[in-house]
Amino acid sequence: MTPRRRRLVLVLGIVAGVSIAGALALSAFRQNVTFFFDPTQVAAGKVPNGERFRLGGMVKEGSLQRAPGSLEVHFVVTDFNRDVTVSYDKVLPDLFREGAGVVAHGRLRTDGTFVADEVLAKHDEKYMPPEVARSLKRRHGDSRADAAVPATAGSTEGAAAAPPGPPARTDKAASAAGS
Amino acid sequence: MNWTWFHRLASPPYVYGLAARLTPWFAWPAALCIIAGLWGGLVLAPPDYQQGDGFRILYVHAPSAWMSLMVYMSMATAAAVGLIWRIKVAHAVAASCAPIGASFTFAALVTGALWGEPMWGTYWEWDPRLTSELVLLFLYLGYMGLRAGIEDTQRADRASAVLAIVGVVNVPIIHYSVTWWNSLHQAPSVMRLAKPAMPLAMLLPLLLMLLGFTLFFVALLLVRLRGEVLARERAASWIREVVSA
Repeated sequence: MTPRRRRLVLVLGIVAGVSIAGALALSAFRQNVTFFFDPTQVAAGKVPNGERFRLGGMVKEGSLQRAPGSLEVHFVVTDFNRDVTVSYDKVLPDLFREGAGVVAHGRLRTDGTFVADEVLAKHDEKYMPPEVARSLKRRHGDSRADAAVPATAGSTEGAAAAPPGPPARTDKAASAAGS
Repeated sequence: MNWTWFHRLASPPYVYGLAARLTPWFAWPAALCIIAGLWGGLVLAPPDYQQGDGFRILYVHAPSAWMSLMVYMSMATAAAVGLIWRIKVAHAVAASCAPIGASFTFAALVTGALWGEPMWGTYWEWDPRLTSELVLLFLYLGYMGLRAGIEDTQRADRASAVLAIVGVVNVPIIHYSVTWWNSLHQAPSVMRLAKPAMPLAMLLPLLLMLLGFTLFFVALLLVRLRGEVLARERAASWIREVVSA
């Protein structure tokens, strides 16, 4: 073996070794790397007891309720399998929509309600002009092939479900496009 | 096949001259692509149905993030070539990549934070994608620090090359972090098997920006490489000829 070949093997060995070590470490830490738990995991009791954790999923259509005269809101986070009711009393982010992804940070109360002290909106990877979103909504059935994934399927409808949610950005964006 | 052109790439004086001649061929197209891409992305592209005009930060954020990975792979490849074939110019390329890559990574993190505040509701979360990208910044900084900390160039080359190669393991982690784990960051819109999840009017400027950033990286690399070669070869006689010419 020439020294050059020996160094080549050494470099490939480093890459292979570090990759295997990395893969093993990551699969061992799988639980800890999880940024949020979904409602199914919560229902299965996989969540650390009484500790703060993040709950992620979709905001269920038509589940947002505002308490009159305060910022307090209640909504249901679903993964289309289990539901968790969330209560929150601060300002919701701009992209918070019914039918869109959300990540809430807080604790589970004994009655099963999740009391959040921080709510983050998770936007999906789709970008489209407002006119397209409107015409998709008009035709209702979101026929695009990639919309079959449950985690993103509701997002186009959610954008247009205006009344109960916060003022949707769609209107402003549409007028900007028209000008 | 004649390999002399390839072997000449290992010669510092040749590379020094070649880099000077090639730089404008990358710098001007880079400027054109970036200007066209910015015009297309910031002016011509329609606003997004959910994010309004806020989505336009994508045209800087996504190319920066892609470049942070692409530069790292270039750096690690150059470092490996330098380590295996003992080519000094390859080590010089790797050393020149690091500050550029660190800058792209920093730009991706900052633009991402500015995007995250209005869209998600937070500048920073310890999310897998965000955290692994931050680790990439530390890898670049660690590489530069290690080089700066070793006086002898040859030893600095070898030690830092090993660090660069070990750090490659982070690159697929960054790319797949959003699919492997629950993440706040959305899944890829363009770099995926399915059709890109955006219309052509939005996609085209983005691809122009990516091309522009890539050319910009090569142009910067060539400029930095000349400086790196000059510094390494400062005692060599060909430098005196270049300087006096």
